[in-house]
Amino acid sequence: MSTASLEGIKKSFGDVQVLHGIDCKIQEGEFIVILGPSGCGKSTLLRLIAGLEKITVGTIKIDDREVNNLEPAERDIAMVFQTYALYPHMSIFNNMAYGLKIRKMSKEEIKKRVYNAAEILELTPLLKRKPKELSGGQRQRVAMGRCIVREPKLFLFDEPLSNLDAKLRVQMRLEIRKLHQRLNITSVYVTHDQVEAMTLADRLIVMDKGFTAQIGSPLDVYERPANTFVAGFIGSPAMNFMDAKLENNGRSIRISEKEYLELPGKGLPEHIDNKVRAGIRPEHFVICDAKEAQIKLKTDVVEKLGADTLVHGFTLENNIAMTVSLDGIQHFDADTILSFRIQPDKIHIFESESGKRLN
Amino acid sequence: MIHNRPWLSFLTHSILILGILILVFPIYVTFVASTRSVDSILASPMPLWPGMELVKNYLAALAGPSKSVGVSVGQMMLNSLIMALGIALGKITISLMAAYAFVYFNFRFRNLFFWMIFVTLMLPVEVRILPTYEVVAKLGMLNTHVGLILPLIASATATFLFRQFFMTIPNELCEAARVDGAGPYRFFIDILVPMSRTSIAALFVILFIYGWNQYLWPLLITTDEGYYTMLIGIKRMLDVGEGQIEWNLVMASTILAIIPPVFVVVYMQNLFVKGLTETEK
Ligand SMILES: Nc1ncnc2c1ncn2[C@@H]1O[C@H](COP(=O)(O)OP(=O)(O)O)[C@@H](O)[C@H]1O
Ligand SMILES: [Mg+2]
Repeated sequence: MSTASLEGIKKSFGDVQVLHGIDCKIQEGEFIVILGPSGCGKSTLLRLIAGLEKITVGTIKIDDREVNNLEPAERDIAMVFQTYALYPHMSIFNNMAYGLKIRKMSKEEIKKRVYNAAEILELTPLLKRKPKELSGGQRQRVAMGRCIVREPKLFLFDEPLSNLDAKLRVQMRLEIRKLHQRLNITSVYVTHDQVEAMTLADRLIVMDKGFTAQIGSPLDVYERPANTFVAGFIGSPAMNFMDAKLENNGRSIRISEKEYLELPGKGLPEHIDNKVRAGIRPEHFVICDAKEAQIKLKTDVVEKLGADTLVHGFTLENNIAMTVSLDGIQHFDADTILSFRIQPDKIHIFESESGKRLN
Repeated sequence: MIHNRPWLSFLTHSILILGILILVFPIYVTFVASTRSVDSILASPMPLWPGMELVKNYLAALAGPSKSVGVSVGQMMLNSLIMALGIALGKITISLMAAYAFVYFNFRFRNLFFWMIFVTLMLPVEVRILPTYEVVAKLGMLNTHVGLILPLIASATATFLFRQFFMTIPNELCEAARVDGAGPYRFFIDILVPMSRTSIAALFVILFIYGWNQYLWPLLITTDEGYYTMLIGIKRMLDVGEGQIEWNLVMASTILAIIPPVFVVVYMQNLFVKGLTETEK
């Protein structure tokens, strides 16, 4: 088991800066997921850790050893690629054994390791086949097997499930999680899929345009998003935002002339002058009587998903689009007026300009 | 466009068979002539069925120096074989390596070099033959096998072909090899070359025949009969001036000259067709 640390990582391709200073300490055996929208620099960061690209500024350490100038093979890492990148002309056995052969490992040791990995991944009957005779999920497992046999210090994944169909993706996600529990190899996993990220991660690095937007456990990131970007990106359907004004010495926020929401405890007295945005997750709206209503919505489209119902509508007062998620199957017509309450501790307050979390 | 009509299939087959007959007939006549004595070949009309002197003619061609050439067909076949193999393997090796450099390495003026090779070598052998002769002569390689082979082994076409093929190989494969610890040399030998094997086979067939059929270049640089290739030899057998052309030996030599290319095509046909039609990825 190994640690790794990223210290002030910056990367430019020519004049274009892609990463603007990433810092993170990765603990022994930790499963880190790098999450962010497409093009935010996730793959670039992973490729810097792997040594496939050169760092412009900063230091990467694996087990306290600086690896900035080492070739990928010398860093003791293994990587699963998005397209699997299996050698098409080699048998599955040779695909897994190739890295070991180059390291001049003995024949018996290679055999032992490959068979062991094949056993774990249920690939034993396929060892003689060529990659093109395998299904997508099997190829995916071979790609992981190729990494396991190396017994690397660091396991890197670049969107390994994005080429699989939905059902297989769920299954492989579970297998990756199990594999990690069993082998406990420190891992860095890149994805743009938040469900993958939430289920696999011990800790998440949420990235936005080459910056780290937040680093934290999945629950942390969900419950206390550090800024409006993370708040909007994590959670599905996305969080609802509205402009608001702090009042009553910071103990409540006014969201329209007639509507206000109370904040928990003393509220935010020190930010009384700031322009703020309030964020409320769709699943935190509680339906109530008209008398007790804090927010009223006029429904527009109602989507019944079975396990829950999504209500898309507009606030009655100032016509802001909102999405509400209610448990079970609910029947509403369009243009119904619905009344909701919101628990004070489920309200997220962000500064308008910077988007930073205030509460 | 598959029509299942009897008359159509009859017609198409007839045309095909006719085409084959037209193609095969001269070869058949050559074969017949190679089994007869000179006199019966020159009889008019020449008989169209094989004669009795097959073994005698072929042995004579293979073993003894013929009257007009002074070297055996066996030696000439060996020369042709060395030249064709040398050209085919040389071209493949060089163009594989050149394409590897162009696709996987970043060096200054890379594109300029690529287009230079491409443009200069699009000129056929005949155009650059005088300067090439000059160079080979100065290097003292007239009347050597190396001299026969070397000027012909650079290949823009093959370089281009391999370059295009390498460019379709996903970059992640190269990166996977790097992570596995394969350096540039091992990546080339262990991964790129085996992945190109169908293209290599297809090119080998084409280039072998190209080498086998070279005429002008060997004609220029071989004055020593010991280095004559098949084509030169056959041509020489016809240039006897006053004397009688040994048609039976010429024809036997011709048949012998056809055998190696045919063998290469038939033997490598499977790989050849695969190489032209499918890419392995
Ligand atoms: N080799 C490269 N040369 C130039 N720009 C690159 C290169 N690799 C990536 N980029 C740019 O860097 C940005 C981040 O890319 P990437 O890390 O692949 O994003 P992600 O994996 O998060 O989708 C993109 O805008 C991309 O165009
Ligand atoms: Mg990517």
